[in-house]
Amino acid sequence: MAITAFSGSAVAVEAAPRRRSRIALVLLLPGILYLVLFFVVPLVSLIITSLESQTAPGSGVYQYGFNVQNYSDSIVQYLPQILRSFLYAILATVFALLFSYPLAYFIGVKARRWPLLQSFMLILVIAPFFISFLLRTLAWKTILADEGPVVGTLKALSLLGPQGHITGEPIAVVFGLTYNFIPFMCLPLYTTLERLDVRYLEASTDLYASGWSTFRRVTIPLSLPGIVSGTLLTFIPAAGDYVNASQEFLGGSSSAMIGNVIQSNFLVQSNYPAAAALSIVLMAIILIIVSVYVRRSGTDDLL
Amino acid sequence: MAGGFFAESGADLELKDIHKRFPGFTAIEDLSLTIPAGSFFALLGPSGCGKTTTLRLVAGLEEPTSGQVLIGGKDVTSTKPFQRPVNTVFQSYALFPHMTVLENVAFGLKRRKITDPIGKAHEALRLVELDHLATRKPQQLSGGQQQRVALARAVVNRPALLLLDEPLGALDLKLRRQMQLELKTIQNEVGLTFVHVTHDQEEAMTMADTVAVMNKGRIEQLGSPEDLYELPKTAFVANFLGQSNLFTGEVASSTSTSISVEVGGRKVVVPKARAQVHEGTVTIGVRPEKLTLLAAEPTAESGTNIIGPGRVVDVSFSGVSTQYVVEVPGVGAVVVFAQNMSFGPVVQLGAQAWATWTVDHGFGLSDHPEALTTDADA
Repeated sequence: MAITAFSGSAVAVEAAPRRRSRIALVLLLPGILYLVLFFVVPLVSLIITSLESQTAPGSGVYQYGFNVQNYSDSIVQYLPQILRSFLYAILATVFALLFSYPLAYFIGVKARRWPLLQSFMLILVIAPFFISFLLRTLAWKTILADEGPVVGTLKALSLLGPQGHITGEPIAVVFGLTYNFIPFMCLPLYTTLERLDVRYLEASTDLYASGWSTFRRVTIPLSLPGIVSGTLLTFIPAAGDYVNASQEFLGGSSSAMIGNVIQSNFLVQSNYPAAAALSIVLMAIILIIVSVYVRRSGTDDLL
Repeated sequence: MAGGFFAESGADLELKDIHKRFPGFTAIEDLSLTIPAGSFFALLGPSGCGKTTTLRLVAGLEEPTSGQVLIGGKDVTSTKPFQRPVNTVFQSYALFPHMTVLENVAFGLKRRKITDPIGKAHEALRLVELDHLATRKPQQLSGGQQQRVALARAVVNRPALLLLDEPLGALDLKLRRQMQLELKTIQNEVGLTFVHVTHDQEEAMTMADTVAVMNKGRIEQLGSPEDLYELPKTAFVANFLGQSNLFTGEVASSTSTSISVEVGGRKVVVPKARAQVHEGTVTIGVRPEKLTLLAAEPTAESGTNIIGPGRVVDVSFSGVSTQYVVEVPGVGAVVVFAQNMSFGPVVQLGAQAWATWTVDHGFGLSDHPEALTTDADA
């Protein structure tokens, strides 16, 4: 049949003409300068610091030496905090995703017919940004404090023992992380779901897929770019966060994260090499996790 | 649920007193329709006439405001789309972009847990001659190929009813003709009930056994393509399906078998069996290719109607035939298609001409054309 004439005729796409354009360089220049000045230089300085050693034990003065031991020492010493950081970050990411997905789906898909409702809900999602997140976290500290309404209610309902706390416990830290990163999860999810073509969902139900099956096999895969960018935007900063877990905010001594350790080494103990080494370790672990994650989810083109 | 088995053959589709109202407008008004099993049925109408809504009601993607949908005698009005033995070839194809062609085609089979979905998917792809592209993603295919994948994805499930929502709309003319033939072949091969929605009257006529012409949420007329063309009952059908010359006039006299209508000072006779209204003001019509154009006044004969004299105001040559427009005083423009049996036009532009036709070719309508326009190039 003549049909074969139409088959397999791959259209050859002509390669875009490559031109060495000075304009491109000029346009890139500010960005490159910025990165060199504020990323490459500090990173190199951080690496150098992480390899310093003390001139004499207890002197508090550091000088360059190729002291790789800083890494092994700090990893061994702070392993619980490192593991905890990633556990909390993963938990916060999962909770933020579970909370944000239905919300983003509602705003992006269900509310399409009512543009006003859509914008209103989007503003509600972004509204917290209008106030410093330090203040918001402090507000949660007050709400969740021992004398606060939440603890009081939970105690009255015997859901919390008479000596129970929320602040200072891991639950408060994970809660704070989840709360603070929900907008970062919600907005990328919204942008992909907003473009979701519901005709695919109709096609799926037409092809005998129930609501759940359609969600799992069509909606989720089609919104994967939003899920990946949302989880990255949540997980990366959450893993290094030191505000929520700090004792002045929602954390306690048993819930310190790697960010708190780095902060205290830099600013309190003045142990710069350890702090720098931990920073590099944190960065390396995040880099590995993220690249494996992105590779596995098949959205390499996001990076 | 229809799960686990293939439909042995197509099923009847019955729509009972369907109404569908959307906020602000009524899409379908009192639609009742029976489509026999195994037939190729076309819903024809201009955009916005409610034909796609009708299809979506059958698929379960919309719920009727009132009325019932019965498939194979079973009331499915309140069931979900995935519970109906119905598949749709969407206008946009809606092929899942994150799956390969093969996964797309196997999707429905897998959801119904049918054995050997991959093998059956390959088989369906062979039917549309695309098996060699099974591992490609839909975006890598041309429009025609995507259309065939969409068809395979629906046909592979052997639905009792296959719904086609203007699936050929995006294709160019040549590919479209080819796909029309192929669809028809596939329908004959698999013996399913096809319901095809289209605004292309030629497509509807060449493919379907039965055509329903829809307008403004109602079915204007239903019948075989020949019946609809030869004996349209309303002005809308007469103009939407091909072209018509329509004349409105008073019934001057009538016999037991025919009525005689006063048009432009002449009597035009229409058989009673072919006329919907037999008295008062009626609109009668005749297809342009039924007319014969004459340069000299013909002698009146029984069995022949004459219109004229008029002036030829337009002659356009279209290969197979030539279209003449004759402006007849008191009647308006009369369109005549003449087969090109000889070189050059039968009548020159500006010449005086008469048009005649056999009485049996005329038809009488039940209504009148809107604003009395007879322009018919739908």
